[in-house]
Amino acid sequence: MTATAAPPAPAPEAEPPVHKPSVRKRLVPYWLLLPGILWLLVFFVLPMAYQASTSVQTGSLEEGFQVTWHFQTYWDAFTEYYPQFLRSLLYAGTATVLCLLLGYPLAYLIAFRAGRWRNLLLILVIAPFFTSFLIRTLAWKTILADSGPVVEALNTLHVLDVTSWLGMTEGERVLATPLAVVCGLTYNFLPFMILPLYTSLERIDTRLHEAAGDLYATPATTFRKVTFPLSMPGVVSGTLLTFIPASGDYVNAELLGSTDTRMIGNVIQSQYLRILDYPTAAALSFILMAIVLIMVTIYIRRAGTEDLV
Amino acid sequence: MSAPLGWLRRHLVVIAGLATLAYLTLPNVVVTVFSFNNPTGRFNYAWQEFSLEAWKDPCGVADMCGSLSLSLQIALWSTIGATVLGTMIAFALVRYRFRARGAVNSLIFLPMAMPEIVMAASLLALFLNMGIELGFWTILIAHVMFCLSFVVAAVKARVLSMDPRLEEAARDLYAGPVQTFLRVTLPIAAPGIAAGALLSFALSFDDFIITNFNSGNTVTFPMFVWGSAQRGTPVQINVIGTAMFVIAVLVVLAGQVVSSRRQKQKH
Repeated sequence: MTATAAPPAPAPEAEPPVHKPSVRKRLVPYWLLLPGILWLLVFFVLPMAYQASTSVQTGSLEEGFQVTWHFQTYWDAFTEYYPQFLRSLLYAGTATVLCLLLGYPLAYLIAFRAGRWRNLLLILVIAPFFTSFLIRTLAWKTILADSGPVVEALNTLHVLDVTSWLGMTEGERVLATPLAVVCGLTYNFLPFMILPLYTSLERIDTRLHEAAGDLYATPATTFRKVTFPLSMPGVVSGTLLTFIPASGDYVNAELLGSTDTRMIGNVIQSQYLRILDYPTAAALSFILMAIVLIMVTIYIRRAGTEDLV
Repeated sequence: MSAPLGWLRRHLVVIAGLATLAYLTLPNVVVTVFSFNNPTGRFNYAWQEFSLEAWKDPCGVADMCGSLSLSLQIALWSTIGATVLGTMIAFALVRYRFRARGAVNSLIFLPMAMPEIVMAASLLALFLNMGIELGFWTILIAHVMFCLSFVVAAVKARVLSMDPRLEEAARDLYAGPVQTFLRVTLPIAAPGIAAGALLSFALSFDDFIITNFNSGNTVTFPMFVWGSAQRGTPVQINVIGTAMFVIAVLVVLAGQVVSSRRQKQKH
């Protein structure tokens, strides 16, 4: 992908001036871009501007909203809903870490140990996508049902004692607790972690493992010093693909949680669609966007892979 | 160290990986099994008894099959829209130099790097401010918007890895630009375009958050499932989920068989 990455470029300024390409020809890329870019400008960028203007409006649904540059809305929204912001970041962060811990062994297994089963395992990883994710999330209501086999087993193994000490569950229930929401989030975004991990692991030359072994590295050292560092691009893009959608999710909190597990997505959704307090909803979604963008930027800087995009 | 412990240590990755796979597949198993349930009450969450009722009458629930066909239509149209627009952008990005390239690249990347709810909410702000009625068209507009970036990414990857000398060779053999594009460029780019289109279809068909904000009273299949989680979940939902799963697996397997046959023919 290095040599072919540079296109042949029928670019007017780069070509030797044997004949000057017509204006029509020079406009080709712009015509190709026009419809798609226009679509994104009108339905992605312009909406952001409208939302910005909505967030500084005041008024009511009956009298209509007017732009009054009321920036106070941002402060009020943040102070009122910061528990939900914190909870969103906490749940999304926990789910991301769990996805990494659960997804890494499977990606490793598919990349290095699966042999002829590799394609089948890859299909099994993307297979859940073939069923609507809402239906699959509802299935967790059955799996985690009170006094069902899973909850009974967790109870017998005293796992629920640990999680309730951590504040993740209450009593002998899993449904309607933070644990259920985190479990749902982890489940829903796990393939987005596994696939990039697999892609970066699969590129690793297995002779590097042999070389490390020849140099008396234990398997654990080989993993720590060779495999894991080389899989960093996958780790970074996997964590981003998990954390970003999880932080704005409200489906899992609504279906598997309770009023005590409301995330910021639930607040934005109900402000926009039920309470119809548009300025607060707009301000909240801008704050969420800012938090996510800042965290992602810092993370990418620290992880040191800026050529991600 | 004792023998069983040694075995466990050597196969730790395999065991952990398969455990994760079980976690990933368990809900699909539950969905399938519960499509044969005969629940008492409105919700299909607890097992009662085996029944084929729902499979015999998959459209027996009011409005469900209507929502399913609406979702399929929206997915089809937004796939066509996003694939055409996205492929054009991808070709422009790879094959031409022009000003504002960086800006175009970030404009394509941003929708993928933002929580979906932010896009959903801002699009609703636009439609509300402009006084546009929410429904089929607003859903379609939204779906084309967020599928576009994924098509660009898929097609770009394919066109980038393609040998530009093939096109030069076609031109040397006196193929006109249109002929070169139709007979050489397009067939080579086809797998990338197909991947982008499939991804768009899946994303649009299963989209919930953006649709939830911008659908008004129009009910797509995910919206129907969402509503039924409050009102009562009919077994037919599981029937549709299982049928979708089986059809998709068959399509994937057929694709694998065809491509492995082709590979054998080449050798």
